[in-house]
Amino acid sequence: MIRAIRGGRPSRAGTVDVVVVGAGHAGLAMSRCLAERSIDHVVLERGEVANSWRHERWDSLRLLTPNWQCRLPGHGYAGEDPDGFMTMPEVVDFIDSYARAIAAPVRTGTRVTSVLPGDAGYRVITDRGEWRCRALVLASGALNEPVVPAVGASVPKSVAQFTPRRYRNPGQLDAGGVLVVGASATGLQLADEIQRAGHPVTLAVGEHIRMPRTYRRLDIQWWMDAVGILDERYDEVDDIVRARRVPSPQLVGSPARSTLDLNALSARGVRLVGRLVGIRAGKAQFSGSLRNHCAMADLKLERLLDKVDAWARTSGRCEEVGPPERFAPTAVDGSPRLDLDLGSGEVRSIVWATGFRPDYSWLHVPVFDRKGRIRHDGGVVDAPGLYVMSLIFMRRRKSSFIHGAADDARELSAHLQDFLDGRLALGRVALG
Amino acid sequence: MGTKAERIDNGVDVAALLGAREALTEAPEGARFRWRATCDWVRGTHSRSAVEGFYGLGEEQSHRTEFTFDADHPEIFASEDHGATPVEYVLVGLAGCLTAGIATVAQNREIQLRSVKATLEGAMDLQGILGIDGDVRNGFDDVVVRFEIDADASRQDIEALVAQSQKRSAVFDILTNPTNVTVEVK
Repeated sequence: MIRAIRGGRPSRAGTVDVVVVGAGHAGLAMSRCLAERSIDHVVLERGEVANSWRHERWDSLRLLTPNWQCRLPGHGYAGEDPDGFMTMPEVVDFIDSYARAIAAPVRTGTRVTSVLPGDAGYRVITDRGEWRCRALVLASGALNEPVVPAVGASVPKSVAQFTPRRYRNPGQLDAGGVLVVGASATGLQLADEIQRAGHPVTLAVGEHIRMPRTYRRLDIQWWMDAVGILDERYDEVDDIVRARRVPSPQLVGSPARSTLDLNALSARGVRLVGRLVGIRAGKAQFSGSLRNHCAMADLKLERLLDKVDAWARTSGRCEEVGPPERFAPTAVDGSPRLDLDLGSGEVRSIVWATGFRPDYSWLHVPVFDRKGRIRHDGGVVDAPGLYVMSLIFMRRRKSSFIHGAADDARELSAHLQDFLDGRLALGRVALG
Repeated sequence: MGTKAERIDNGVDVAALLGAREALTEAPEGARFRWRATCDWVRGTHSRSAVEGFYGLGEEQSHRTEFTFDADHPEIFASEDHGATPVEYVLVGLAGCLTAGIATVAQNREIQLRSVKATLEGAMDLQGILGIDGDVRNGFDDVVVRFEIDADASRQDIEALVAQSQKRSAVFDILTNPTNVTVEVK
């Protein structure tokens, strides 16, 4: 089996049935499920366990899911604040202790530089040698690279630009105005803390999902869980392509369990404008569609709450929880501003809260669609023995959350075992 | 009898539209369309525009017949008022687009429409086009569309129809977002 190592080539690190790329919550959940099935595997990690949580998040960030909901296969929250939200160091501790508890075979400081199809599986080339495997699990995360829209190239040099990965806290920003682009969880949280730090914030708002932190005295995640929304499957929703495009809800995890929405930001002095659609001659241009985007979010919220109320009635839980609530419609100025001169000094910094995408620049296997997304059927990638974890709405609406990894890892590891045992006619078989 | 979906009829062939969506997802080059109009000056502020041919699905297409449109200015501008003003055509375009969207989305969501009436108003300060005040823009500074819809649906569902029709409207997008425009002389 072992071939001669040619000069200059990385050395051979080993042969194993399965390589898992990434030792975050998803890779570790998969490792645990593989171990339960006695499947020989190794977890390759470019940095340390929970690397992105350690190094690629802003200071004030807490999880958007309450502590009680943070569970991994065979592991749950054991602290004294089940309704609280973990800070990043707490998340790192949680994942780190999981890695130790399950004795995951993690090789830290091992960066995968290239994956190629091999004779009977895949060649995984790292900066510490080459691994050969029959099956490969991509658990390197869905949020590797901040997405900056093409208009970012037209921002005048006098305005500093930050992505959520480079941004740590308002102390990095020069005095003066800040334009935050994007109104999902990231954009709202950063707009809030930057405005509180004394910078006048303009927030560019496109399509968004509005959600209260608590509803009828319980966390909205509890309701989403109970009603079954988080368990909705990718092969049961009407239009999975559209479902995967839905922005992440406007939520913040804070000790006060407060709701952060556009009305709260307006009340604190944040100025709302429409989606950023262009920058011409140094002027940022905003869409005139702000009112419709807010109306749509208000309607969707009402539909969600109707669904929750209907469930509460039929489940007989109405006695235990608070009365139904409805929230004030999003207030939009009579005529929101349509442009902003970026050269005037009014805005000194732009923060791009315009989403993230996974980085598969190292994956040299033909599994991408024309938009560069990985082709997969609920995590079973369109190549024999290749799997992916924690993408948005991958198998269920909760797939991208920490607690979403458990069900996915259980099911995908079963599929993977069938693949290794030769029980699949072809590598690609849909799961039931 | 039939199912509810079969009984709903807003005159929109949703199956054909969904089929086209699927086909154009597979063959995105077919989705590249070019819409055209020609225009001849008649006299004074009066002009006559025509539309007939357009390009799409990879080849030249044409309307069932040529449609013409007279544009002019009203008599208070010392014109002869042979047709709607060009800015009124913009309102006509927006109304037609949103209304078509409402009918389509309603069909898709199995909502029977009985009547849909839109009233549009575009506010404009003439100090812009007359060059009186350089700070005033030429175009509309505000456009308001009011729909009165009688349909087999709750108010919430009707509001969602109207919201979705804006989200998918070409003319709403053209009005709310900037567009590159090139005007040349041959």
